[in-house]
Amino acid sequence: MADKNDIILMKGNEAIAHAAIRCGCDGFFGYPITPQSEILETLALEKPWETTGMVVLQAESEVASINMVYGGGATGKRVMTSSSSPGVALMQEGISYMACAEIPGLIVNVQRGGPGLGTIQPSQSDYIQCTRGGGNGDYNVIVLAPASVQEMADFVDLSFTLAFRYRTPVIMLSDGVIGQMMEKVVLPPFKPRRTEEEVRKECPWATVGRKNRKNNILTSLDFDPYNMERHNQDLQRKYKEIMQKEVRFEEEQTEDADYLIVAFGSAARISQKAIELCRKEGIKMGMLRPITLWPFPTERIKELSRKVKGIISIEINAGQMIFDIQNAVEGRVSVKHYGRMGGVVPTPDEIVNALKSNLINELG
Amino acid sequence: MTNQEIIQPENLVYKKPTLLNDNPMHYCPGCSHSVVHKLIAEIIEEMNIVDKTIAICPVGCAVFACNYIDIDWIEAAHGRATAVAGASKRLWPDRLVFTYQGDGDLACIGTAETIHSMNRGDNIAIIFINNAIYGMTGGQMAPTTLMGMKTSTCPYGRQADLHGFPLKITEIAATLEGTCYVTRQSVHNVASIRRTKAAIRKAFENSLQGKGTSLVEVVSTCSAGWKMSPVAANKWMEENMFPYYNLGDLKDNSM
Repeated sequence: MADKNDIILMKGNEAIAHAAIRCGCDGFFGYPITPQSEILETLALEKPWETTGMVVLQAESEVASINMVYGGGATGKRVMTSSSSPGVALMQEGISYMACAEIPGLIVNVQRGGPGLGTIQPSQSDYIQCTRGGGNGDYNVIVLAPASVQEMADFVDLSFTLAFRYRTPVIMLSDGVIGQMMEKVVLPPFKPRRTEEEVRKECPWATVGRKNRKNNILTSLDFDPYNMERHNQDLQRKYKEIMQKEVRFEEEQTEDADYLIVAFGSAARISQKAIELCRKEGIKMGMLRPITLWPFPTERIKELSRKVKGIISIEINAGQMIFDIQNAVEGRVSVKHYGRMGGVVPTPDEIVNALKSNLINELG
Repeated sequence: MTNQEIIQPENLVYKKPTLLNDNPMHYCPGCSHSVVHKLIAEIIEEMNIVDKTIAICPVGCAVFACNYIDIDWIEAAHGRATAVAGASKRLWPDRLVFTYQGDGDLACIGTAETIHSMNRGDNIAIIFINNAIYGMTGGQMAPTTLMGMKTSTCPYGRQADLHGFPLKITEIAATLEGTCYVTRQSVHNVASIRRTKAAIRKAFENSLQGKGTSLVEVVSTCSAGWKMSPVAANKWMEENMFPYYNLGDLKDNSM
């Protein structure tokens, strides 16, 4: 049972800040952008440098932020940044370098509508960018999609665990709804930051100063194409291992479902209500919510596609995750998409109507 | 005296610093990089701080600095070295953290990171090699290319209306509150090498003692990029670079 002081009503963005302080995060580097500025603001107000020793720094740009994360992760520290879509676009260079040099770190993307400056309201239109790497080269990053304020808090520590287990950047792909809405949250217990001895022991690769070992070099460059290919093959092996071991998802009423919604983040929250409405009308609707967008729950969707009549992907974008669903379904059943373009989010009624007109009626 | 007698330890007057490994350097004959590398290796050895040193190398010729000096290195994206270094230093306050960057890296693509890191007074040392040209990519115009100087991307010479003026970023650095030590040196003769060594040592001490940002510019040659012999490059630098990039301390608040 959590201490009652640890159960608080707060915004998703604030929950991330508090969770970071509590889970032994060593540093946050960020640049203001709506709708995620509360993360940096909350950290600045909490001044964890006086309590846990966590560094909090407002950088001059998202480009600088991600390179601060690159430096922090390279030295074995649990560091993070947060931004929203246009800012995360600017970070892609750094994320690509981190992937290649195998530097752990956490990037929170509280998505807003695009393209360009877009809107400041929620969107899920960075799905393809985040799940396909996003920068130059063949790489993937682990992408976690929180669907509640509670998960905003819980996924911070989980992200760091995964980031260091696989020496990879991890993206928490949230959006303006989850970032801005207030919910009850149980904050995680306090856990100390790692000591130098612990960093040296747990991260023998970290560039913390050469001592009783060869010097460590963290780089993403190799002029020898054969060496570089070998490194790329090692990365691909690592990605395969992640795909085997780290798929996370949640199912709702899939046992008897005739139709399946696949939705993540805030779209999954809205879809929960749509399922309720469907079930009242006697339509057996269920949902699979991917928690990891990469690695994607391909195998489970493949299994479900053998049991249901049709699948609809509910996304706050023009249809991005649908390609991963189609890839899993391999043409066995009809896969449709319904979404709004971001800034505007779908209502449960709209989703029910889309289910009927796009999927159920079409299948007869 | 036989060779065997000469190499006796008691006759040793000079040796390669232990931190400089035996990898053959890729630098061209006459290039200033190798001299500055040697100085850095000597200083870290003399200060006995290998276990407390975190170095950041750039994109450019010195991207391979990590292959030559036996210390921990992070290779940064083009221009981002000070962001990488500043964060590392804040997370490891008792470390010497230094960047090693060229003019294109530090004064062009990384201008924002450079200025803001110095303005925050990140407790890092910045070694800035200014040879007025992009060396590794084959001799293109740099922010510090002199007026009229020919490069592969200004083959008729740098002209103000098209290319702007050579950037004196070290002068800008001296105006920032966050910098504690800003100096411009060279390594073209023994006396200047000694002065540069003293400057880098001071910059490293400032980083360890948390006095603010130190910037040591080393006006350098790029004989291959300039298409000159090493001797001619040194002479050209003295005659053309030094009058524009004046040598000496621009600021020293580290006393």
